[in-house]
Amino acid sequence: MAGLSLDLIALQLFAGLALGAIYVLFAIGLSLIFGMLTVVNFAHGAFYMVGAYVGIYILSLGGNFWICLIAVPLAVGLFGLVVERFLIRPLYGRGIDYPLLLTFGLSYVMVELIRILFGKTGYPFDTPEILQGAVDIGVGYFPLYRLFVIGATAFVLLALWLFLEKTSFGLIIRAGARDPQIVRVLGVDVGRVWLIVFGLGTAIAGFAGLLAAPLQGVIPEMGSTILAEAFVVTVVGGMGSIGGAVLAGLLVGVVVSMTSLFAPEMAKVSIFALMAVVLIVRPQGFFGRAGLMS
Amino acid sequence: MTKNIARSGSISRRRLLATVSAGAALAASPFRINLLQAQEANIKIGFPVPLTGPYGTEAQDQVRAAQLAIAEFNDAGGLGGRKAELVVRDDKLNPGEAATRTLELVEKEKVNFVVGSLSAAVQLAINNVTKERGIIFNSISQSDAINEAADFSKYTFHEALNPHLTSGAVGRYAFAKFGKKVAFLTADYAYGHEMVRGFLEVGKAFGIENLGDIRHPLGTTDFSTLLPRIQALKPDILCISNFGRDQQIVLKQATDFGVKKTTQIIAPLLSHASRVAAGPQAFEGVIGGCSFYWGLEDKFASTKAFNDGFRKMYDGKLPSDYGALGYGGVRTVLAAVKNAGSVDTDKVIAALEALKYDFYKGPQYYRKCDHQSVQSVLVIQSKSKDMRNESDVFEIISTDEPNEANLRSCEELGHKS
Amino acid sequence: MNEIIQPYPQTQAVPVSWFQFAILHRASLASLAVLVFPLVMPFTALAANILIYGLYALGFNLVYGYLGLLSFGHAALFGTGAYFCGIAIAHFGLPWFAAIPLGILGGLLMAALIGVLAIRTRGIYFAMVTMALAQCVYYLFYQAVDWTGGENGLRGINVRVIDIFGVRLDFINPLTRYYVIAAFVIAAFFVLSRILASPFGAVIEAVRENETRARASGYDVTRTRLITFVLSGGFCGLAGALQALHLSIVPIEILYYDTSGEVVMIALLGGMGTFFGPMVGAAAFLLLENLVSLWTVHWQLIVGAIFMICVLFFPAGIWGTLISRGKP
Repeated sequence: MAGLSLDLIALQLFAGLALGAIYVLFAIGLSLIFGMLTVVNFAHGAFYMVGAYVGIYILSLGGNFWICLIAVPLAVGLFGLVVERFLIRPLYGRGIDYPLLLTFGLSYVMVELIRILFGKTGYPFDTPEILQGAVDIGVGYFPLYRLFVIGATAFVLLALWLFLEKTSFGLIIRAGARDPQIVRVLGVDVGRVWLIVFGLGTAIAGFAGLLAAPLQGVIPEMGSTILAEAFVVTVVGGMGSIGGAVLAGLLVGVVVSMTSLFAPEMAKVSIFALMAVVLIVRPQGFFGRAGLMS
Repeated sequence: MTKNIARSGSISRRRLLATVSAGAALAASPFRINLLQAQEANIKIGFPVPLTGPYGTEAQDQVRAAQLAIAEFNDAGGLGGRKAELVVRDDKLNPGEAATRTLELVEKEKVNFVVGSLSAAVQLAINNVTKERGIIFNSISQSDAINEAADFSKYTFHEALNPHLTSGAVGRYAFAKFGKKVAFLTADYAYGHEMVRGFLEVGKAFGIENLGDIRHPLGTTDFSTLLPRIQALKPDILCISNFGRDQQIVLKQATDFGVKKTTQIIAPLLSHASRVAAGPQAFEGVIGGCSFYWGLEDKFASTKAFNDGFRKMYDGKLPSDYGALGYGGVRTVLAAVKNAGSVDTDKVIAALEALKYDFYKGPQYYRKCDHQSVQSVLVIQSKSKDMRNESDVFEIISTDEPNEANLRSCEELGHKS
Repeated sequence: MNEIIQPYPQTQAVPVSWFQFAILHRASLASLAVLVFPLVMPFTALAANILIYGLYALGFNLVYGYLGLLSFGHAALFGTGAYFCGIAIAHFGLPWFAAIPLGILGGLLMAALIGVLAIRTRGIYFAMVTMALAQCVYYLFYQAVDWTGGENGLRGINVRVIDIFGVRLDFINPLTRYYVIAAFVIAAFFVLSRILASPFGAVIEAVRENETRARASGYDVTRTRLITFVLSGGFCGLAGALQALHLSIVPIEILYYDTSGEVVMIALLGGMGTFFGPMVGAAAFLLLENLVSLWTVHWQLIVGAIFMICVLFFPAGIWGTLISRGKP
């Protein structure tokens, strides 16, 4: 292996963190929605993709990237609210699988709608000018934009933490994640809480999609691969756990990155192997709800 | 009184059996939705292409150009008045679906020939179905495997380039010009490996130093974990062997990582659609190969005629590389039909083997042992300034003339002489 | 008040509600439908595909409809069956009657492997875990290029003639091919019917209805789940093997997540927990895809929308809704 230095490993680690950041954002939304609504959102990848496309649309209207950062999660979250209210709400009480199946069908519809509206081939998404180029982070040159992604993710995590820990609404969410029945008994309008949590989760997914757009361009199918990988993250971290999603997301990013260094063709398999190991050793993941297991 | 037990909706076992046997008799009778056995007036060419999916645009272009070839054949009188017809089907870029569609085309539509598709896997699937049924298949997309003895049959023809030819042409150009230290970034599937194999073989003659072949899984969206390692190798040339979306993403990210500042990026195949989708920035400075560029009209009358026909039929649009293959694939088959004077398979095969043609890009012919079309390869570079029109995205910087020596030998492919 | 209930006079035919009759003879009726099927399909290859996907869905239905476990990784079972059968023919030159059992075996083995890893999880987790494990299988088969052909798929599964006790059947003939495939599917119907009617079948449904009670009654729930999953693998493996023979290739896409998703849609569309539902679902799904593709390239939109409508309003699926209406 020519040129395998400590610098390269450090650089690779950083790349893993940047990769993991996107996973984290994506998985947090999934975990939030599952923790609160007990719904596995199979359309999460589609929301992620829609976020990127909303960004394209805003740019085409003359907006810039910074406006997108605010507008995209708002727009996607709003759409998420509508989906929860009219498509998922009717299915509560029917069995744990029905919302899953519905979101599964929804993803097909969303992807095809985007294809109709924006075409099949996808769009390039240019990195905003200020964030172009690479900086010397000590161990080598690293793209500035990826540092921004790490930073933006950290910001969202902080905001989320503050929201969950310091506001009364956040308290309700945490209580609801712990025990939905009690929350209802205490007189809280659970329906409204679900609505907002679903909107929040999908908004974060859309935001993740926007952040990912300059990295890989935008195509209608961009949501499906990340969904499978995000499931690995949620299994490893534990469904319903935010902390688990963060930890597992970064771990998965680093695992992919490191495997790419030594055996790139096994990079994809490595994360599923990781999941298999976790399943055998600790089926509920790092911080998952043990109650879901037999 | 005994109650009448017969409830509404109940039937006696006897009655049911009677109905069932009537149904069975009906099924066994000649009454069937039958395929017309009346002599088909039209010469049918099945055309399975991926109208749905990421290459829908290329596929539409293939259909358009193929329709042009059909129209030209019919306008010239067809085969003694007998007209040709294109039967298009969507194979969804899925080999299983392509196999089903081919079965439909052959068994139900009773096509005389099949031309298509896009993606090596799909072609090989179509080929497997057609060769078992003795139908000529002219493949119009890249594949090395289709020339090899295991997949080949006398019914198999290959109008498109193959990875070996394409990477050879680009290698011959680049290795002479940009340096000897070469790194490879390759998509980990058959096509990627075939391209690298071609590069390495050409590279031997130039004495290149292989710094390493880094493989990435197909469908990778993030190359950030691979690019630092590549830059650390300090190559003169970075040879990126992948296609479609993978290529668009990696070129974009390589640009972001500043790879182009120190290294010349080459790719075996640059497609028109990818260049348009990824934009000028990502493709800037990248050199690659292709089978056709409309700009050839300055050089060949046949290209001009093809371009003019296409412009006339489609509102001033110009054909792309994939379009040209659609045209060529159908036109050669029809030309052979005309030469043979019949649609009889063996006669058409003989006519195709004997065909020497110049239909859209200069002189071509089919090599006998593997029915590979021997043709030129264009070495192109992306351009973003001085564009004559919106289709002028490439500049031809060199041409590899048709030469059988550039192909893998018949023995190498497993054909017994 | 003083009615004397007299026994049925023996000379009369005993009226049986058609619904009960159908349940009793479900395998035979299903087989009959299969036999006349190609007459009404646009082309025979499509009819064969419907049979194959119907069988695939039948296997899936065993786990989801009857046992209540949602698996998103059934493509691994279907695909392994296809590859085992295909490799047996293309690489080893084995005859069809050896290759098909090998396909079934492949399905059984892969189901055992995935089952052992996944069966400890439940509900939602099971769906995600099976999906991820199936993706793992996909990547592994993808890498084993020498065996599977990798991305190019496995070609060369060329069976021209099926020789049964001296009778030579032309496998290239579309109708012959259909009936050979139908023969296997019909056999599968009967086997499935026996399984469901057996005591084990009752245990499966008991576990679905109330797991705690089933366990309290002394049934080993985990073992039941695993066995059911493995049996399901056998049916899906057979379907895969038939697919390999029908198309003469095995595409790598057969192992991809989309194929797992398709069978979920088909089962739901047709009606889970019903015997004939999966077949109906396969027919509906593939016909829809085929017809809609003819007039628009946006068939995924229509299929996805119909699926959502079914989830929202017709959770029993087409067949399930029909038979619940038709119940006397």
